[in-house]
Amino acid sequence: MTPWNDNPVLKVEHLTMRFGGLVAINDLSFNVGRGDITALIGPNGAGKTTVFNCITGFYKPTEGRLVMKQKKGDSFLLERMPDFKISARAKVARTFQNIRLFGGMTLLENLMVAQHNPLMLASGMSVAGIFGLAGYRQAETEAIDRAKYWLNRIGLIARADDPAADLPYGDQRRLEIARAMCTGPEILCLDEPAAGLNPKESAELNALLRFIRDEHDTSVLLIEHDMSVVMEISDHVVVLDYGEKISDGTPEEVRNDPAVIAAYLGVADEEVEVVEEEVGL
Amino acid sequence: MMAQNDSLFTASLKDAAAGGLIALALFGITLGMRADVAAGLGGQMVIDYRWGAVAIIVAIVFFGRLALNLFVWKSDKPVTQYFSTLKPKPGAGSKVGAFAKPALLVLAVALPFLLMSYYGASGSRRFLDLAILVTTYVMLGWGLNIVVGLAGLLDLGYVAFYAVGAYSYALLAHYFGFSFWICLPLAGILAAFWGITLGFPVLRLRGDYLAIVTLAFGEIIRVVLLNWYNFTGGPDGISGIPRPSFFGLEFERGENGFAAFFGLDYSSIHRIIFLYYLILIMALATNFVTMRLRRLPVGRAWEALREDEIACRSLGINTTNTKLTAFALGAMFGGFAGSFFATRQGFISPESFTFIESAVILAIVVLGGLGSQIGVVIAALVMIGGFELIREFEEYRMLVFGLLMVVIMVWKPRGLISTRTPSIALSGKARGISADLVQEGHG
Ligand SMILES: Nc1ncnc2c1ncn2[C@@H]1O[C@H](COP(=O)(O)OP(=O)(O)OP(=O)(O)O)[C@@H](O)[C@H]1O
Ligand SMILES: [Mg+2]
Repeated sequence: MTPWNDNPVLKVEHLTMRFGGLVAINDLSFNVGRGDITALIGPNGAGKTTVFNCITGFYKPTEGRLVMKQKKGDSFLLERMPDFKISARAKVARTFQNIRLFGGMTLLENLMVAQHNPLMLASGMSVAGIFGLAGYRQAETEAIDRAKYWLNRIGLIARADDPAADLPYGDQRRLEIARAMCTGPEILCLDEPAAGLNPKESAELNALLRFIRDEHDTSVLLIEHDMSVVMEISDHVVVLDYGEKISDGTPEEVRNDPAVIAAYLGVADEEVEVVEEEVGL
Repeated sequence: MMAQNDSLFTASLKDAAAGGLIALALFGITLGMRADVAAGLGGQMVIDYRWGAVAIIVAIVFFGRLALNLFVWKSDKPVTQYFSTLKPKPGAGSKVGAFAKPALLVLAVALPFLLMSYYGASGSRRFLDLAILVTTYVMLGWGLNIVVGLAGLLDLGYVAFYAVGAYSYALLAHYFGFSFWICLPLAGILAAFWGITLGFPVLRLRGDYLAIVTLAFGEIIRVVLLNWYNFTGGPDGISGIPRPSFFGLEFERGENGFAAFFGLDYSSIHRIIFLYYLILIMALATNFVTMRLRRLPVGRAWEALREDEIACRSLGINTTNTKLTAFALGAMFGGFAGSFFATRQGFISPESFTFIESAVILAIVVLGGLGSQIGVVIAALVMIGGFELIREFEEYRMLVFGLLMVVIMVWKPRGLISTRTPSIALSGKARGISADLVQEGHG
């Protein structure tokens, strides 16, 4: 038995997503282990982002179930929930392949927006907030502290009052992760967080993801193209090709799976060895 | 060197001649000939020829183009490069704002006394009326700013809520005899209610679609008011709307009036001053609430929504509700302003709530700079105050209006005050965020 099947935080069961005639995901099942870093990999157009969009409610799956089980024991059927509730109630946070920060707002504001729901409650749906009641001020101070904590963690505290759009690319990626973490998620979905990062930034990212997994008790599901990142930090790898799962296991198992090599090299299974020789593997 | 200048000159000449020819073809027909009914000739049609005017236009086009070609478009050193230094630098606005805001506030509060001491009671009435009008538009601008400036929802039918507020008060007073002070909150609530009613089906639309539907809503309200003759009086409007009292004291001659109570000589200007302070307080309350909300989670969510709606949803924000609150709140302030309008005029009819009103309010918000409160004040002062002062040149009003719009949009495409002030800051000194980084919203 593999550990991620024991008490998974998220179970993807027979997920199918069709766009008209195009089958983007076909009968996909896998588990995201609690406290694991799970990597979802596959060639371009394999359907990875589509899986994320189904999990986070931006697409309604054509078929299948998505069962999220929280630490406390509450279960949620994500395919039945609207997108904002998946984040607010089921505690699934995500980042985007093409970064979606609030560019005209400061770093601090970005992280404050992420804490909207608890702050909204504390402000008595804004009524108490307008009159500046103490309860709200307390909650706001806590929210600022949490934002500061994450800004410190990603090394951007000095730029807290700068607009997010002014940040270099790598910093924007980390800020987006910090913003997602400010929602207090149980599972964090990252769509290609290492894309466009230089080796140093990439190493920092790995450290950050380990920190999130270990210190914040958050399961991480990430899409990644960079194999060095995947092999180094993930506990569990799921490989997708043309919307179907072609491999599922530890990084070591997946690395040696002929089907995976075939998919990545773009040849049929039987020819793998020939091609491997050719490219000198 | 000489040859190059020569070719520049001939090229410019050719281009200008082409422009002149096009102008001749266009204006030769539209301006050169004018069909008219000749007087005294049994209503015969005659054609007036106005070649002189055509010649002037063509000459302007020809020489204008020639000059532009020589000195701007084809020149290595266009004269316009000196203009660019005239453009204000980013961040300059906030410094001016820091002085301008308290100064404007003091001026606004002291205005009636300044006017009274300078022009006397009868002379200042005209200016006070104008001040009331400007302040009403400031309030409307601030109300719409919540919807358009903060939440980024393009609302072309804002005047509908102004109308709902005005008619709520007029009808409640007419049928039930309610006083202004009871009707004021009711008008706001009713307008907010209509805002929500419209918002529910509409706010899932984006951009252009939202703009069109809100525009249609504005017209529907007006047409209903116009045609529901039995209830609203249709085009005749509603007259005899009661005036507001000052804590129960009416502004009237006699021993129970305001003047008698305070031992003043009765003067009709008292009511005007009262109305001025009333709308000033209402507008400042609008501003206060908006500024407060901007620093609260809901205000930040509005701005986040303007920046990126999908990201908002990924963070657990209920975007429909957030948009609705912006819409309802904007509508509510529109409703308040509407009931003030009704009580000031004493008479309302659907004619006061045409699309052009929505357009003017939107123009105030856009020219002032989306989301900027002080920008709205400046824009309202210029657009409403400025135009009322040049009332004598009524026919040029729209021309100046259009020109002003073009100039501002070229000079400062994001409005007069285009920097965004962060709603919260760690370091205490909040730096303005340049407008280039701020999104305008997509609906
Ligand atoms: N909204 C949509 N409508 C139609 N087709 C879509 C939609 N979203 C995704 N697809 C299609 O589904 C397939 C999978 O796309 P997806 O973006 O999930 O791939 P991916 O694995 O994330 O690729 P990449 O590595 O390039 O990000 C593609 O063929 C894509 O064109
Ligand atoms: Mg993708």
